[in-house]
Amino acid sequence: MGKETTYETVIGLEVHAQLLIRSKIFCGCSTQFGADPNTQTCPVCLGLPGALPVLNRKAVEYAIRMALAVHCQVHTRSIFARKNYFYPDLPKGYQISQYEEPLAENGQVIIMPEEGKRKTIRIKRIHLEEDAGKSVHAEEYVTENESFIDLNRCGVPLIEIVSEPDMRSPFEAYLYLTKLRQLLRWLNICDGNMDEGSLRCDANISHRIQGSRQLGVKTELKNMNSFRGVEKALQFEVERQRKVLESGGKIEQETLLWDEKKGIAVPMREKEEAHDYRYFPDPDLIPLTLDRKWIDTILQSQPEMIEPRKERWMRDYGLPEYDCSVLTEDREIADYFETVVEKVRDPKQASNWVMGEVLRILKEEKIKIGQLKISPIQLVEIIKMVDDGRITRAAGKRVFNEVVLSSLEPRQIVEKLGLVQVSDREEIERIVLDVIQHHPNEVEKYRNGGERLFGFFVGQIMKATQGKADPKLVNEILREKLVGQKNPC
Amino acid sequence: MRIQKEDVEKIAKLAKLQFSEDEIEKFRGHLEEILTYVNKLNELNTDGVEPTYYVQHAGDVMREDRVKPSLPREEALKNAPAQDKGFFRVPKVIDQT
Ligand SMILES: [Zn+2]
Repeated sequence: MGKETTYETVIGLEVHAQLLIRSKIFCGCSTQFGADPNTQTCPVCLGLPGALPVLNRKAVEYAIRMALAVHCQVHTRSIFARKNYFYPDLPKGYQISQYEEPLAENGQVIIMPEEGKRKTIRIKRIHLEEDAGKSVHAEEYVTENESFIDLNRCGVPLIEIVSEPDMRSPFEAYLYLTKLRQLLRWLNICDGNMDEGSLRCDANISHRIQGSRQLGVKTELKNMNSFRGVEKALQFEVERQRKVLESGGKIEQETLLWDEKKGIAVPMREKEEAHDYRYFPDPDLIPLTLDRKWIDTILQSQPEMIEPRKERWMRDYGLPEYDCSVLTEDREIADYFETVVEKVRDPKQASNWVMGEVLRILKEEKIKIGQLKISPIQLVEIIKMVDDGRITRAAGKRVFNEVVLSSLEPRQIVEKLGLVQVSDREEIERIVLDVIQHHPNEVEKYRNGGERLFGFFVGQIMKATQGKADPKLVNEILREKLVGQKNPC
Repeated sequence: MRIQKEDVEKIAKLAKLQFSEDEIEKFRGHLEEILTYVNKLNELNTDGVEPTYYVQHAGDVMREDRVKPSLPREEALKNAPAQDKGFFRVPKVIDQT
């Protein structure tokens, strides 16, 4: 032997996404987040005897949208099942979910773990289910040996997206999760907010000897509440498993809870029968039979998806793939950009302005593009003024910021601040000579090989003109004057 | 159809029920009788027959996504053995961090 065994990491994710619809999946209670405890319940979601569930059509539509977006096969017949377990936040004693015949199966998404390297992550299934309530343990509320229960979340519609164990590193899992969120948000069916719990993720992690096809014993990791948290928790568990295996130990099948603050995953104390859910078809809900025509209608009304849109921009506008990726991270940003790019001469200018100025403001102000105080049409006006040489690019940026602050029109700002570009040759010559005269030392240094001082002079001229001088003319005249006066007569 | 004592114990445990030895033996007998009775169905040849979970054949029975009034909170909490500040009060939930 002598050769050391190398292990391969195997990760699969189960992702729960809360659907952005008004009422619960099986009753008319509101799904509004943050309401007073237990004000959004009814006999159905409280599990009172005799109450019967009725399926929300929109929940089905949204599940189908996601299924189509990840290329799943949508079944025209699926079945709701009861998943039986006891927990105080589950008043019925079972969760309505799908088990044997889920809504959709066999999809895939593409992630890019390295520049130019595409990897397919297969999706095993997508099914519909209801959420459970919430336990409140906050100390200001409860004593040490009790919990408070809020059942508002009971029956909130979820889809569960189950991947195949196709990820080989925590980073790939992170990319896959990010991709799912991007798709959910693109379809506008889930807000993708992990800290509010509208997107949740559990992971299965195992290791196998490199080259082996057989999966090793897996552990389940829960309670990861952020995207980076998922990656960190997985890194922790991967390292732990590797250490155990490399020292000749064995992995125990168990469930671990991630403790974000301490940065460790701790085994959950579980009863041995904890996973014996005794699924069976829910007799209260007949099989979900879908009309092919309806599925087709949904397919026809899907928004243009991320990849096709990127490809179209690369083809029609000649934009770099990088720009297209950044601009399609969010559908609203993509729509904003599309409105701008259609109306300007140079698509790359549009992409530079949106990636530079627009995304910067969104980040600085921590706002969404819907709250941005500059419309795509106003941005187009600024880009056109720069393009026509009416204002400089630097002045354009100033106008951009002023529009955001003052909500005046770009043209008004240009006039108010007197930003019209100075492109009068004589005037620029005068300013150039003035700057040269006032900086004899720098001129001396420049002439003795201090080429880098050129930028200094440009800066001075721009300062004198408040950034309004035509940069091309400035360069030209400055070079001429600096050289021309080399041998003053 | 044989039912073991352990089967009854497991089912009881999953249902959070506790029985005396006598009761376990009694239910073991009951379960055995029920399963033997239902087992008669296995005498039929069902090759190629789709399993029937439901006898109704309604088509589209979905509802539109419309919010309806919920119960007033006092109503929702009325049957709770213990409540406080608008919450259901229960013994501590284990294994949550
Ligand atoms: Zn309800």
